[in-house]
Amino acid sequence: MFTNFFLTLRDNGVPVSLREYLTLMEGMQAGLANYSIEDFYFLSRTTLVKNESNLDKFDQVFGHCFKGLEAPEAEDLTSEIPEEWLRKLAEKFLTPEEMAKVEAMGDWDKLMETLKKRLEEQNERHQGGSKWIGTAGTSPFGAFGYNPEGIRIGQNESRHKRAVKVWDKREFRNLDDNVELGTRNIKVALKRLRNFARQGAAEELDLDDTIRSTAKQGYLDIKMVPERHNAIKVLIFFDIGGSMDPHIKLCEELFSAARSEFKHMEYFYFHNCLYEGVWQDNSRRHQNRLNTYDIFHKYPHDYKVIFVGDASMSPYEIVYPGGSVEHWNEESGEVWMKRLLEIYQSAVWLNPTQEAHWDYTHSISLMRQLMDDRMYPLTVGGLEKAMKELSRKH
Amino acid sequence: MKFTGTDTYVATPDLMIAVNAAITLERPLLIKGEPGTGKTVLAHEVAKALGKNLLEWHIKSTTKAQQGLYEYDAVSRLRDSQLGDEKVHDIRNYINKGKLWEAFTAEESPILLIDEVDKADIEFPNDLLQELDRMEFNVYETGETIRAVNRPLVIITSNNEKDLPDAFLRRCFFHYIKFPDKETMTAIIDVHFPDIQNILVREALSLFYDVRDVPGLKKKPSTSELLDWLKLLMVEDMPVDVLRSRDAKKLIPPLHGALLKNEQDVHMLERLAFMNRRENR
Repeated sequence: MFTNFFLTLRDNGVPVSLREYLTLMEGMQAGLANYSIEDFYFLSRTTLVKNESNLDKFDQVFGHCFKGLEAPEAEDLTSEIPEEWLRKLAEKFLTPEEMAKVEAMGDWDKLMETLKKRLEEQNERHQGGSKWIGTAGTSPFGAFGYNPEGIRIGQNESRHKRAVKVWDKREFRNLDDNVELGTRNIKVALKRLRNFARQGAAEELDLDDTIRSTAKQGYLDIKMVPERHNAIKVLIFFDIGGSMDPHIKLCEELFSAARSEFKHMEYFYFHNCLYEGVWQDNSRRHQNRLNTYDIFHKYPHDYKVIFVGDASMSPYEIVYPGGSVEHWNEESGEVWMKRLLEIYQSAVWLNPTQEAHWDYTHSISLMRQLMDDRMYPLTVGGLEKAMKELSRKH
Repeated sequence: MKFTGTDTYVATPDLMIAVNAAITLERPLLIKGEPGTGKTVLAHEVAKALGKNLLEWHIKSTTKAQQGLYEYDAVSRLRDSQLGDEKVHDIRNYINKGKLWEAFTAEESPILLIDEVDKADIEFPNDLLQELDRMEFNVYETGETIRAVNRPLVIITSNNEKDLPDAFLRRCFFHYIKFPDKETMTAIIDVHFPDIQNILVREALSLFYDVRDVPGLKKKPSTSELLDWLKLLMVEDMPVDVLRSRDAKKLIPPLHGALLKNEQDVHMLERLAFMNRRENR
């Protein structure tokens, strides 16, 4: 029945399954939608969408699929309008004097004619150039039809006020998951990267084991286990200075969220590309440089590596020895990146620049190639994808 | 049996459809939304409107799915066995029923609220899949199967701290309570404080939305905070012109403590007010 709608939803990336579609059918059969497009919209939304970040997409697809369903063409409407509707309409469009005049003539046909004329004027006025609103590229599906008020007769009062359909309002736009990152959102995304393990001092009562061994021994034998905690170990490399300055706030938020989320987290700064030295305190970057080799030796290969940087630089800084803007580097950034990626199998690059702009900067595509395409935008959606990639077993 | 809101709860049409769909098709209803938009209250109000019993199961980070079904109290059985208590021979004496068991065996189908499901461990919803779908579960200790006599209406709330698994979501209806617009908000206030002066409400509301629009607030005030604030304004008998006088000297709303719960937010508002004053001079 609505297969087309269902398939379009899937095509546009709203994850709907057959089961939910059948539930919708069941709901229709139970008469929940009551033959009203608005009720149907609410019902399909509650059955098919399971995450508020998909609500906006759903609204767009709905608007696209059911465009014009509610609004038949104006011309053939007048011929089918029930009499009482016309009376109601007449009260609205004709002044009391006119009404009285027509009624005094006692001619229903006359009334109809006047009304029709009036309606036509109305239509012309409304259709003259302002029939379509909300065009101009903001929506991927084109414009949505707008009904001049003459069409909307026969509906009860509250509907009259509503010029724009509920789904056309797109109220859920800012819940879409490729915008806004706050510390809290970041934390939620980082939580995906979890791997609980018991390590350290035994400090929690293991009830099951206590009972088992008590039953075996015949006296109360208390057993303890270490507490479970997130055993993921992370190295984060932040690009700092230069073109990264506009993204400082975002990076700070990411840093503070990551700090509280991972027990084993080490962070380092670099500029533009990884070379033989990194630093941990930005104010003393030239005095306290750490040798990158020392990092490779100190942290075992099961550490996960996250780069945060815009990767926007001159391509020479990656490809050629001596390409760095700050110092003379014996070996090219490319060599250092490859070295690191060989040791640490799980690594991702988070890029605060918008994904749409990546193709315009040569160094970004270079870096992306080096990272085996594991570059993600620094948005909630991108962060989640990155965490999924990191939690994959290698 | 239809839910249309109550005299103390304003339900928007989309919420009504979602609740009624869950009632008719006997599926769980998952409610999300900003904190303070009335997710938990919804369950109370649905119970009140339908005249049903409400069973509440509040989830904490340590809650296990099994606790909702039943718990086998091995420790007291062990103790009883050492004391030679007669009770020890029947294992049933040591099985404590959980909320789901209670809901399944209730004589009249109740409403079961699973509050803040996202607080629990990531695997928690997965462990409840079959139980919520078929409304039955096995008690391994006694070998009996508990089956729902009347399927209860299950309302689940989530604060979005963790993602819920897809398999779980597919079995639920979903509704996101969005922040009410001005019209709905006025209706909500009418319901709670019918005698509050009209003008006061209007002034308070526009002030409230102004505060919500301040960029960069850590925690935007929500419905429940607005209601608290109004209560305070009424108790203090705040004259309307204090609210209306948005002169430069007093840009911070009176009794702002009820609206802003974060020191940094208050500071920021003060700073903005200060800057504003300078501009106007």
